[in-house]
Order: sequence, then structure tokens, then C-alpha cells
Amino acid sequence: MKNNIIPAIRLTLFCALFFSGFYTMSIWGIAQLAPNQGDGFVTNNNGQRYHTNVAQAFTKDQYFWPRPSAVDYNAAGSGGSNKGPSNPDYLALVQSRIDTFLLKNPGIAKKDIPAEMVTASGSGLDPHLSLAAASIQVKRIAKARNVSEIQVNQLIAQHLEKPLLGLLGTEKLNVLQLNLALDKLK
Amino acid sequence: MNTEILGIVAMYGIVLLLAIPLGRYIGKIFNYEPTWADKLFNPIDRFFFKMGGIDDKVEMNWKQHLGALLTINLVWFLLSMFVLLNMDWLPLNPDANPAMTSDLAFNTSVSFITNTNLQHYSGETGLSYLGQLTLMLWQFISAACGMAICAVVFMAMKEKTSTTLGNFYSFFVRSATRVLLPLCIVVATILVFNGTPMTFGGKDHITTLEGKTQDVSRGPVAAFVAIKQLGTNGGGFYGPNSANPMENPNYLTNIVESVSIVLLPIALVFALGYVLKRKKLAYTIFGVMTLGFLLLLLPTVIGETGGNPAIDNMGISQNMGSMEGKEVRFGAVSSANWATYTTCTSNGSVNAMHDSFTPLGGATTLLGMMVNCFYGGIGVGFLNFYIFIILGVFISGLMVGRTPEFLGKKIEAKEMKIAMIIALLHPFLILAGTALASHLYAGNPEAYAGWLANPGYHGFSEMLYEFTSSSANNGSGFEGLGDNTPFWNIATGIVMLMARYLPIIGPVAIAGLLAAKKHVPESSGTLKTDTSTFGFMVFAVIFIVAALSFFPALTLGPIAEYFSLYQ
Repeated sequence: MKNNIIPAIRLTLFCALFFSGFYTMSIWGIAQLAPNQGDGFVTNNNGQRYHTNVAQAFTKDQYFWPRPSAVDYNAAGSGGSNKGPSNPDYLALVQSRIDTFLLKNPGIAKKDIPAEMVTASGSGLDPHLSLAAASIQVKRIAKARNVSEIQVNQLIAQHLEKPLLGLLGTEKLNVLQLNLALDKLK
Repeated sequence: MNTEILGIVAMYGIVLLLAIPLGRYIGKIFNYEPTWADKLFNPIDRFFFKMGGIDDKVEMNWKQHLGALLTINLVWFLLSMFVLLNMDWLPLNPDANPAMTSDLAFNTSVSFITNTNLQHYSGETGLSYLGQLTLMLWQFISAACGMAICAVVFMAMKEKTSTTLGNFYSFFVRSATRVLLPLCIVVATILVFNGTPMTFGGKDHITTLEGKTQDVSRGPVAAFVAIKQLGTNGGGFYGPNSANPMENPNYLTNIVESVSIVLLPIALVFALGYVLKRKKLAYTIFGVMTLGFLLLLLPTVIGETGGNPAIDNMGISQNMGSMEGKEVRFGAVSSANWATYTTCTSNGSVNAMHDSFTPLGGATTLLGMMVNCFYGGIGVGFLNFYIFIILGVFISGLMVGRTPEFLGKKIEAKEMKIAMIIALLHPFLILAGTALASHLYAGNPEAYAGWLANPGYHGFSEMLYEFTSSSANNGSGFEGLGDNTPFWNIATGIVMLMARYLPIIGPVAIAGLLAAKKHVPESSGTLKTDTSTFGFMVFAVIFIVAALSFFPALTLGPIAEYFSLYQ
């Protein structure tokens, strides 16, 4: 033990220099070559900067709403609900989300509401919707914006992200990009 | 749904394609055979030894190896405590986050030096960037430490009779620089090009499209995520780990991060085959591990894609499966896949919230950690499996009436006693810990009301999961548990310490004792350990010792919840 102490301390300090210092700075250097220089994916629109990967809170009728968030879209304190599938309070919350959704989206059949639209995402910042979750909002958005449903559906078709290589994973739509495109309609 | 299934098949295919050549490469490094990378790494390693004041040519016996390992781990613990308790005034703290309380700092330090990465804090608000970078250092070197000690056991399994088993520091540095570092650079590069942040700037202030303000946490995320995935660490930069879209932005990064979880644990099995020149033994071990893994993966996928029956009853559509706590860009299938990878390997990172999994998914993730050797943690997963091999050899020996031997070395009472103690330690820590917590809660539910986010069976599962995850050095959680309290910080801290170091000491002692024994040449009566028959024997031992001892606890948690939901 005794003759191990000094080498252990010296080796640890050098490892700190090497891995926390040199390795981190190399990755930081590589990041300078990446899009947005390691700032994450940022979209610029009319002089405003938005993080494409981070869900924003959308509550107005004329925008696509993202999935519910257990942390109210707090991107500095992300998290899920951590509610278990049998928790009665949780199930009551889901039921109330369904009721609210039906109220705000007249003319929608309950059986068509996809579960992802009334369940909270893992991070509370899920930037995406499934095709079903976007399509079910078309009627409301078209009415609120006074545009035809066909136009909104076209936007969805344009922004639909296919699975990776067309083969792997899920199909999805980025809510922010859809909403930016909505604002450009007409 | 079909593309989702294809996604996880592709992931496992990539794992195999990479793990076999990587295993050969690691084998060469452990054997000190020349590789193409020597020109680059020899000078780097020499510099490490020079700065450490270490003679890397000194051969050590098994006790000296353990002495070196435990001493350096103690140094890490003390340094970690210092940083976490003083983050508030130390540099690299742009968001002005506070220092940790002493019980939380104890838990976090233990958690990271033991390769567990149980997190009772949330990264965005609980750590400065210096704190994050310090924890990242433990992620590198605790993984390298696991690989080094695995190398020691490999050396001890060689046929020759020997008391010296290489140099600990040398294995340690070679694992860190020649294996972990290059892999991390590749993974981190893929991540930054796909939108994972890598910056030292503080929070980004955004005005949303609807005119609200939103602060977005950033930091040196990509560097951190690479090693937390590859080193079976699992501690995320952000609170919800790789479910956070900054930490894991798209399906491609999800593939890369998923593959990184199991890559090194599987490659080490192939490395064993290379080091010992016993490929068949390696494939037998790999086969048993994979069988167990698949038996856990399948029910998880079925459970999560099937959705929550209570939500079905509300009359809405669950085509994507159970989506509470999951992200649309991954879907239920790859979330179930990640959950199985991460609990089988003691990684503990997540891309979906396990607390919100269906009872079936909850049960399999628990079981993966209870077994803790279907691939297992980096280096230590094999050590756990080694214990089950010793038990399997002994029981088979009794059945055929011969002195049990493994790789030409006689297994006697001393080795068996150590193996039994280590095999029983894991169930003991989990069940005793959960019993204590349940006792406290049941005795005074009002005082401990902050503990559980869910009532009933699921609440019990939250406590069971926390102790299982600590004892498996996994680090994932049913995160609804209010775990930043002195009880949970100290209790799980102690469990993590015992569950890390005793299962290292035990197998190294057995291997060291066996290595010093005379080699008995194989004869017709020798029990062959590289056959499928022996593979099934080991599987049976694992099933009886690891799985069945937990059955009563599982019955009170996820199994009871299952039957209450699916009436």
C-alpha cells in the first residue's frame, strides 16, 4: 500500500491533465469544424436563434403543439414524469389531457388520438411528433389560420422525416420546423 | 414498427461486426504483441509512466495488483470529494451552480469511481463544468481499471504455473490510451456533427416562437457522452441522460450510443479467447451471455410495444406502444433495446424513463441487473461470469464424481468458499437494502412520503430498483424515487462500494490462487468447459443463484403490478 501512494497520486493527476484536459480540448477542437461549432443545432429565422433539437412550448391554436412535458419545456432542467403505468393520479392526468385535447380540437374522434400526444416524453423536450400526432392537429390549425387543410397537410408531407436510410427507426416531424413553415404560409 | 425492429437488428449486427476484431486488438494489447498503433501510443504510454514515476516492467502478484488498484481508487475518491464540495468557488462554473452537500458528494464520488454513475443530482443544476470534467475523468479511469483487472484474471487463466501476473499500472494505462481514447474520439466526433453541444459557454437564452423565454443548458456534452457510453459508466450530462435531445439528437446517434454500450463488454469476451488461445471457450461464454440477453430483450420489446392497458381502456390509439417517458425519434422498440443493453451491461445510461416502463419492461431491466453478467460491466462483467463458471465446474464435478478442474487447475475448498461468498453478496446487498428501506417506509409512511413518486407495487419497485442498480454498479434508476436524502445517499453509497470492490477482490484472489497451482494435463476424464453442455450448466447455475433468489422480491413489485394491470 505505502509504496503505491505516490505513484497513484502522480498518475491520477496526469490522467486528469490528459483526459479532462487534452481529450476534452481535442473534442472541442473537432467541434469547431462541425455545424454551429458545437453549439447544438441552431436555426436562424428572421434574426432569431432557435434550438432545433429542443421542444418549445406551443399553446396557441395556430401552431402544432409538441408532446406534453413533465417539466414544462424547461431546457435547463429537463426530465420525464417518472410515473408508473398503474399510478391512479397519472392515469387521471392522461384522461384530463385527452379531454382537453378533444375540447380544443373539435371534430376529432377519440380513438384517433395517438397516445404520444397525451403522454409526457422522457426528456420533457421531445422536439418531434409522429405523423398521427401531427395529422390530428391539422383541422384545428387550418381553422385558426384560415387556410385550407390541404395546405397544412402538404406542409406535413414536406417535413416528414423518413426512418434512417428509409429502413431504420421511426418516422417523425420536427415541431419547430413545422411551425416556422406555418408562419410562412400564404 | 417494422423499421423499428430492423433498427435494433442492425444495431446488434454492428456490435458483432466491431466486437470480434476489437476483441483481437484488445487481446494483442493484453499480450503485449505489436499492433499498428504502437508508433503513436508507445511514446504516450512512456510519458504516462514517467509522469507517474512508475516502473511498468515490475511484475506483480495478485495481492500486489489489488493493493495498487485499491490505493489508486482511494486517491480518486479523495480528489472527487474535494472537487464536489468546493465547486462553487473553483473555476469553470459559468452557471454559478452550488457545491454539493457532504452526503451527496459521498454518494456521487463513490458512484463515479465504482463505475456505477448512480446520480442523485441533476447535471444541469447540480454540477459546474469542472465537476462534470472531474466525473468524466473517473468515467475514463474506472473503466480502464475494470479492463486492467480483467487482464490480470486473463493472465492468471493461462496454463503455466505462475505467481506473477503482469503490471497493474501498465494494463491500466494501455487500456485507457489504446482502447478507450481512440473509440471515444470517434464517438464524440459523430455526436458533435449530429448536433450534440461541445462548448464551454453557459446557458443559451432563447425567445421562443410564441415569445416566451427559454434557457437551454449546454456544455462540453459530446466528450462526456462518448466515454459514459463506452466505459459502461452511464452517468449523463443532463438529468434525463440520453433521452435528452441534446445528448442524443437523432436515430443515428442513438445507434452509435447503443452500440457503444455493449461493444467493449462483448469485445472483452473475444479478447479472452485470443489471450488464452481458446476461441471455443470464448464462444461458449459469449453464447451463454447472448442467450440470457435475448431472453431479457424479447419480453422488454413485447411489453413496451404492447402499450399500457390502462391507457387502452381510455379509448385512444397506442400504435407507437407505451410512450410515457419515451421519445418519438427512438420509438418503443429501440427504447426497450437500450434498456436491455444498459441493464445487462451495468452501463446505466437511459434513452427512456424506466420508471414509466410497463411491468414487463420493469421486471426484465431489474432481472438484467440482478444477473449482472450477461455481458456485464467493462471487465467486471467477465469477473462475475468467472464466479459462475467456478460454481458450474464445481457442481458438475460433484455430479460426475471427480475433483473439479478449470483450465487444468484444481478447484479446492478455498476457491469455492470465495466464489460462494461473492455469488451471495449481490442478492444479500439488494434484498437487505430493500428490506431496510421498505421497513422504514412502512413504519412511517408520512415521514418518508417524499421517497416514492408512485403508490403500491410500483413504489416498492422504485426502492428495489435503486438497490439493485447500486449493487450491480449500474446507475440507472426508477427516477421517481426522491433519492437525494441522507438515507439513500449513504445506504446506496455503501452498497456501491461493497459491490464494486469485493467482486473484484474475490475473482482475482481465486484466479491468483489457481495460477500458482500445478497444471494438470487434460485427460479423457477432464470436464470440458468449452462445450454447449457446460454452457447450459453455467446458465442453469446463473438461473438458480441469480434469478431465483430474487423471485420473491420481483413478485412483490413488477409481477404484482403486471397482474393488477392486465386483469
